Amino acid sequence: MTRDTMRRGISAVFVAACGAAVLVALVPLAFILVFLIKQGVQALNMDLFTHMPKPAGEPGGGMRNAFVGTLILTGLASLFAVPIGVLSGVYMSEYRGTRLAVAVRFAADTLNGVPSIVIGIFAYGIAVLPFRHFSALAGGIALGIMMIPIVARTTEELLLLVPETMREGALALGATRARAVFSVIVPAALPGIVTGVVLALARIAGETAPLLFTSFNNQFFSTNLRQPIASTTVQIFNYATSAFDDWHRQAWAAALVLVMFVFVCSLAARFVTARVQRLRG
Amino acid sequence: MMAVTMVKPPTPSATSEHQSARTAVGPVKIDVQSLNFYYGAKRALEDISLHIYPNIVTAFIGPSGCGKSTFIRTLNRMNDVIPGTRVEGKVLIEDADIYASGLDVVKLRRRVGMVFQKSNPFPKSIFENVAYGLRINRMAKSRSELAGRVEESLKQAALWTEVKDRLQESALALSGGQQQRLCIARALAIEPDILLMDEPASALDPIATQRIEELVYNLKRLYTVIIVTHNMQQAARVSDYTAFFWLGKLVEYDRTDKIFTAPSEKLTEDYITGRFG
Repeated sequence: MTRDTMRRGISAVFVAACGAAVLVALVPLAFILVFLIKQGVQALNMDLFTHMPKPAGEPGGGMRNAFVGTLILTGLASLFAVPIGVLSGVYMSEYRGTRLAVAVRFAADTLNGVPSIVIGIFAYGIAVLPFRHFSALAGGIALGIMMIPIVARTTEELLLLVPETMREGALALGATRARAVFSVIVPAALPGIVTGVVLALARIAGETAPLLFTSFNNQFFSTNLRQPIASTTVQIFNYATSAFDDWHRQAWAAALVLVMFVFVCSLAARFVTARVQRLRG
Repeated sequence: MMAVTMVKPPTPSATSEHQSARTAVGPVKIDVQSLNFYYGAKRALEDISLHIYPNIVTAFIGPSGCGKSTFIRTLNRMNDVIPGTRVEGKVLIEDADIYASGLDVVKLRRRVGMVFQKSNPFPKSIFENVAYGLRINRMAKSRSELAGRVEESLKQAALWTEVKDRLQESALALSGGQQQRLCIARALAIEPDILLMDEPASALDPIATQRIEELVYNLKRLYTVIIVTHNMQQAARVSDYTAFFWLGKLVEYDRTDKIFTAPSEKLTEDYITGRFG
């Protein structure tokens, strides 16, 4: 009896400890969300999206340039990170076990761990210094470099989940290897790959450091890829460190918008994944 | 297309079972000569030689691990995708060595279709599954021709009436038996000459199995069918010739009725009477 009670006791203690750890982990998230919503909602209005910033110190205005800038920057980043990432993911899964595939995987994991500020400096070196000015293009490159390893690794992992019998089925019908990969295996993993891309987008949309040296910032509305461009994150940084209450409020509202964007991306990703799992039955 | 002029094996009299004795069969379709197969250093097939005849069903039987699946996969070079494998000997299909250097494996697989143990429909619609082989091999010139060939293949696989109203639905929504018949339809769509079936009914319930067996029996009018099975009753029911494999060797190969009533080898008799395996 005593042994049994002990066992139950120990089990209960561990379960309680796990529960407590989860709570502790969730508390900061809850605080951030509550605080962000409380502060952000005040300044959240249509003006934020449709108006340009007012001159310093003047109340009102919005951050239209910054939101458009972030869209352009993340769009540029995906434009070159998605093809490179997906293709290297295909390589890693198709030639798994080969030396190059192992090296590529290691490189991707390392790149994923490189601090974003370092990636910003790298992009500064290759895309800003040679042209002697900051540009949206350089910002897109910096964010793209951050995105590549995420997309590559998700693609690889999802392709590995596709049963080998799919490939055999395609080959048995007279498909070449490339044909089997791109007409059967990649489409089978596509919803998952899209999910990976969406999550990568959510991740880079919130980056500030790589943009400080690359796209810099722009108080004006710009869609010129060769000129500096505003971004939501850099704008939040500038506003938050300014001396004006109105800018502080706008920074909160913009931060709330960013978090909501990430939230929606995660939800969409979950929804797609759930659907795929249903399909796999 | 099938060579229709080919000398047909004498058909059994209408009343007798399909396993009824035959004295002669047509020309040799597949001629396997001293075939050895290796997974790395391990020899999985030892010195296999046999003739497979056209327009009949040939069954490969034997206990698990006897090499029957490995052997059927050498006939369309499906083992090529497994790293570290090696083939010695010859496999001639209508006198052409399929392991000759420079042979186009893609063309070979177009002629030698395959149905796998576990049904493997693509995660696409029913229609697209059957159309896949036609598309990649550019076998249909127009949409209507494509649709016609898809319909014809589904009819041949005895699946058409069940799916004709939902061709655009996902193939994964079909039952296990339907999925396997879809895979058969997919293989038939590209008009192969030879159809390899690697335990096509092993994962199916008895009713679905029966449908597959009826199908196999009917398909031999148009195709040379080779079926691997671990189910001896199935071999007896559907096949005309049976090859018994044991530990990578071909123990006995003869007419199915002979194998099941008067086998020459003691080992064969022990196996079919259930003394081992």
